[in-house]
Amino acid sequence: MKWSVFLPYLAVTAGVTYLIRMLPLTVFRREIKSRFIRSFLAYIPYAVLGAMTFPDVFYSTGDLRTAVCGVAVAVLLAWRGRSLLTVAVAACCAVALAQGFLLLVP
Amino acid sequence: MKSALRQGIRHGIPIGLGYLSVSFAFGMKAVGDGLTVLQAVLISMTNLTSAGQIAALPLMVGGASLAEMALTQLTINLRYALMSLSLSRKLDGSMGTLQRLIFSFANTDEIFAVSSSQPGKVGKHYLYGLMLAPWIGWSLGTFLGAAAGTLLPVFVRTALGIAIYGMFLAIILPPARKNGHVCFVVLVAVALSLCFHYIPGLNQVSSGFVIIICGVLAAAAGAWLFPAEEEAA
Repeated sequence: MKWSVFLPYLAVTAGVTYLIRMLPLTVFRREIKSRFIRSFLAYIPYAVLGAMTFPDVFYSTGDLRTAVCGVAVAVLLAWRGRSLLTVAVAACCAVALAQGFLLLVP
Repeated sequence: MKSALRQGIRHGIPIGLGYLSVSFAFGMKAVGDGLTVLQAVLISMTNLTSAGQIAALPLMVGGASLAEMALTQLTINLRYALMSLSLSRKLDGSMGTLQRLIFSFANTDEIFAVSSSQPGKVGKHYLYGLMLAPWIGWSLGTFLGAAAGTLLPVFVRTALGIAIYGMFLAIILPPARKNGHVCFVVLVAVALSLCFHYIPGLNQVSSGFVIIICGVLAAAAGAWLFPAEEEAA
């Protein structure tokens, strides 16, 4: 990507991300009074990650069948509370195995 | 070496190892989308956030406006504001304004989780030690994925494509299982996201705004129907 296009994007992503982390640690040190805002902030990560995961995850491997295998393994392990690394690696292995299986049994 | 610094470094190493593998997938994807190795590494060195960086790639490649980029990052990373607020009360007297300006750069989900689980207050030596390995792991993993990703056989590369989503699932499912309100919010967000992908007309909306709309609507519905949720359910 051209640097003249890339650098403004880099500045915006890094700048916005930094300000979100920095301002509450330095400037706004008061507690948030509004129950609605506090609840909203508590729910936002789950809402965002849910929307980012589905349906994109089904297109992440280029083959719906292998992606479904990966999702099934990831959901099972994540549901049981396994660590981020375990779930991510197991999902990749499931996709790799499914790909191998599809090669053998077309 | 101060023992607090040493302890911080030790606590950061498992986080750094986890980041190494996830950022590898990010680096690979960034180069696949048309960024150079240096550009991919620069993003990781300056952002240090998984979901925000992943969402930024299609916006950069698709030529989105800077306003859409800023709003997308704001929505995705809004959770850090909550973590910083909460962590603010955990810092001891050694964390003056300058120290806070430096440390806030590295307040990721995992660094927040580890530092808030420490007994008592935490100081600058511990926190600087803690942020070291994750930052190195995240940047180094991106470099390795960007530089060497294309050397891997195709079947390994496609399998790695799901890694980041596996991590997202590991973040959202345990709390959704324990807490029906979180589960509701996730389901609403997923349902909205499906609408924006498959309903003609709605599927013309660009990826950044889809995340913003789904995230804000689902979280607002949850906050409206089930308030009083305490932080980090």
